[in-house]
Amino acid sequence: TPTHPHATSEWTLDYPPFFAWFEYILSHVAKYFDQEMLNVHNLNYSSSRTLLFQRFSVIFTDILFVYAVHECCKCIGGKKVGKELTEKPKFILSVLLLWNFGLLIVDHIHFQYNGFLFGLMLLSIARLFQKRHMEGAFLFAVLLHFKHIYLYVAPAYGVYLLRSYCFTANKSDGSIRWNSFSFVRVISLGLVVFLVSALSLGPFLALNQLHQVFSRLFPFKRGLCHAYWAPNFWALYNGLDKVLSVIGLKLKFLDPNKIPKASMTSGLVQQFQHTVLPSVTPLATLICTLIAILPSIFCLWFKPQGPRGFLRCLILCALSSFMFGWHVHEKAILLAILPMSLLSVGKAGDASVFLILTTTGHYSLFPLLFTAPELPIKILLMLLFTIYSISSLKTLFR
Amino acid sequence: MEKWYLMTIVVLIGLTVRWTVSLNPYSGAGKPPMFGDYEAQRHWQEITFNLPVKQWYFNSSDNNLQYWGLDYPPLTAYHSLLCAYVAKFINADWIALHTSRGYESQAHKLFMRSTVLIADLLIYIPAVVLYCCCLKEISTKKKIANVLCILLYPGLILIDYGHFQYNSVSLGFALWGVLGVSCDWDLLGSLAFCLAINYKQMELYHSLPFFCFLLGKCFKKGLKGKGLVLLVKLACTVVASFILCWLPFFTEREQTLQVLRRLFPVDRGLFEDKVANIWCSFNVLLKIKDILPRHIQLIMSFCFTFLSLLPACIKLTLQPSSKGFKFTLVSCALSFFLFSFQVHEKSILLVSLPVCLVLSDIPFMSTWFLLVSTFSMLPLLLKDELLMPSVVTTMAFFIACVTFFSIFEKTSEEELQLKSFSISVRKYLPCFTFLSRIIQYLFLISVTTMVLLTLMTVTLDPPQKLPDLFSVLVCFVSCLNFLFFLVYFNIIIMWDSQNGRNQKKIS
Repeated sequence: TPTHPHATSEWTLDYPPFFAWFEYILSHVAKYFDQEMLNVHNLNYSSSRTLLFQRFSVIFTDILFVYAVHECCKCIGGKKVGKELTEKPKFILSVLLLWNFGLLIVDHIHFQYNGFLFGLMLLSIARLFQKRHMEGAFLFAVLLHFKHIYLYVAPAYGVYLLRSYCFTANKSDGSIRWNSFSFVRVISLGLVVFLVSALSLGPFLALNQLHQVFSRLFPFKRGLCHAYWAPNFWALYNGLDKVLSVIGLKLKFLDPNKIPKASMTSGLVQQFQHTVLPSVTPLATLICTLIAILPSIFCLWFKPQGPRGFLRCLILCALSSFMFGWHVHEKAILLAILPMSLLSVGKAGDASVFLILTTTGHYSLFPLLFTAPELPIKILLMLLFTIYSISSLKTLFR
Repeated sequence: MEKWYLMTIVVLIGLTVRWTVSLNPYSGAGKPPMFGDYEAQRHWQEITFNLPVKQWYFNSSDNNLQYWGLDYPPLTAYHSLLCAYVAKFINADWIALHTSRGYESQAHKLFMRSTVLIADLLIYIPAVVLYCCCLKEISTKKKIANVLCILLYPGLILIDYGHFQYNSVSLGFALWGVLGVSCDWDLLGSLAFCLAINYKQMELYHSLPFFCFLLGKCFKKGLKGKGLVLLVKLACTVVASFILCWLPFFTEREQTLQVLRRLFPVDRGLFEDKVANIWCSFNVLLKIKDILPRHIQLIMSFCFTFLSLLPACIKLTLQPSSKGFKFTLVSCALSFFLFSFQVHEKSILLVSLPVCLVLSDIPFMSTWFLLVSTFSMLPLLLKDELLMPSVVTTMAFFIACVTFFSIFEKTSEEELQLKSFSISVRKYLPCFTFLSRIIQYLFLISVTTMVLLTLMTVTLDPPQKLPDLFSVLVCFVSCLNFLFFLVYFNIIIMWDSQNGRNQKKIS
């Protein structure tokens, strides 16, 4: 896999360095399956052995995901102890995570390696629940350098670790006790993050390619919306813009000549201007996102409720970034759905929110699979997951 | 959990597995000039749509019987006609006379696979669900687990959705027949079974047990009164359903004869290709196919078949019970498979269906049999490049059975229904106490052999002088296993009398 700035194809590397190393390791295994697929110029190469190797590699890396689910189930307390295995919260949680429809189709059909990345995230959450904060922080730092989309939830981590780990004690009413600040912990956290980043970005700093790496990671030239619109706020914004422009044209408020010909709905990945409403810049999206996550961050700082509060904040950060972020993929909804599963087996209120979130989120993933033979599969799997989640959570909170 | 949610989930799992298997290649994909069963089904749609009924079974310039001529009874032809109408609506090129030979495309594959799924969903799956719901003395969870395991049976999925056939229609009708007859709706049951026979003539393997069971019921009701009425009603139902199905072919004697000639090709010899039955295995040692003349072969297979199934059928007639009926279905179909004429390896499915029905009674032996039955079709599946789905579905089925039925804990003599048999043997041989241990060892040997043979067939090349070595070995090993099962099932049936009268009637 090329790690230098070369425009060899439309699918060049746009994930952080650790992911590149991961692919490098995979390529060494791949040569036992099929030599041809490693040729840089062999674009769109596919053979049955390539397919076999890719699919097996996803399945193999999912082992980490399974381990993470195991750890999560250990630290989720059961609301009640059901008589049978299938009614225990642990069992329901493990099925909801392992058979998550979104993860299944994105990883194994559409094809990505999200399984083990979510495994890392769930594992770091589990470590925070188990009060092993350093490990949790380390795992999250590693995760960030695998896929930078997890920056969406970085504020939650930062604030929680600062508030609940660096300040070792609270006053009796729960507010912050400034003199319990532990420099040791802050420095050790900082060291961990620094070391991980150094390991990942160091080689590129030495090669003077840092700028190139960042421009590949944060492609702001790619436009407000992805080719397939993520169902977020900007999709509504674009839709409103389109409707207004059509009305404006009909009512002769707008001059047809001044309207740019390219449209946002064409499914291409480029930058566009809006016609009626003000155009949106990356800075604007950042500000909107920050405003959206502010309430949860405040709560996490002023009224920390332990790991559960952290989890809520994480989910809200993921959702806010999904709603207001720049160039969001619809797959990012999984970032909110998977942690939400952990909360759903705890309280009935959370369970109902989870059901709404997961059903609509999974439905929004449908356009990812667009060929006719895949239609029955996605409908069947969606039905399976939805029926199971509704019935099992209903039984749990009877 | 509520029952309906779980049942829906189980059916959805079954459907998902079926559709994912159907994404694999079908038989004869991309292999001109003859292709395979997929092309045969498409060709039948072409023939039935474009030609008048009188020409369906005859050789003519438009209908070359050498190229996949119709050799199933009329109901298959009507089903193909129905599919052809739908095909015409979507894309007439698929069934154009002559020009559509060897037509292959993604859209067409999707269409054909959907027809299998729809037929399955309408006929087979409801029968399975209803059958398991009607099982007595089993908890709801066990019933649902039963449905899951039956729906996950790899053999049927791989043949119907991989190789491409419509076995679920005929097996589904037969299952409706079993259901009807077991629940005392004899007329509906026999009607369903007649439909099954008229869909695929191989269902005749199941006909003797049906006949004996119903006859036994009539005898029990007394031949002077209600029994005779029932007998007459049954006869009328059977005759009426046959007339209804064969109506267009009864107009001329020649029509009927030609259809019969296509259905029962007695000229084709004792067996074709490699199949896990006695004659093929015997042929390895002594080439009886070439030594004996054709009519001697016919007589020999006839005698062996009927001698081996006679005891069970007589017992069923004298003591009709639902449980005996199911076991007799197994042993009868197995006898036919092992000893009959012109058996194809896919006919093992006719034995697998009744074995699926007794899964809840003897989970250990049934699971073992169903694994062997899938293994016996290995050469066929490898030819269709279905290795991966076979392995995955077999493992899924095995894990499901082990989890839900705890089969390895149910290997005691009583669980294997061999208690009365071993008691009788112990009258002569007091030291005969190790039956269940022997059976467990046999299971281990059998599974090890199957796994080894599979690995060898996939990885090694056969030696030059014996190119068919691995297929023959597979057939031979499967045949030995099937012989063992034939003996076992017959023992269960024959030694059931002591239990049958003492315990409550268990359906």
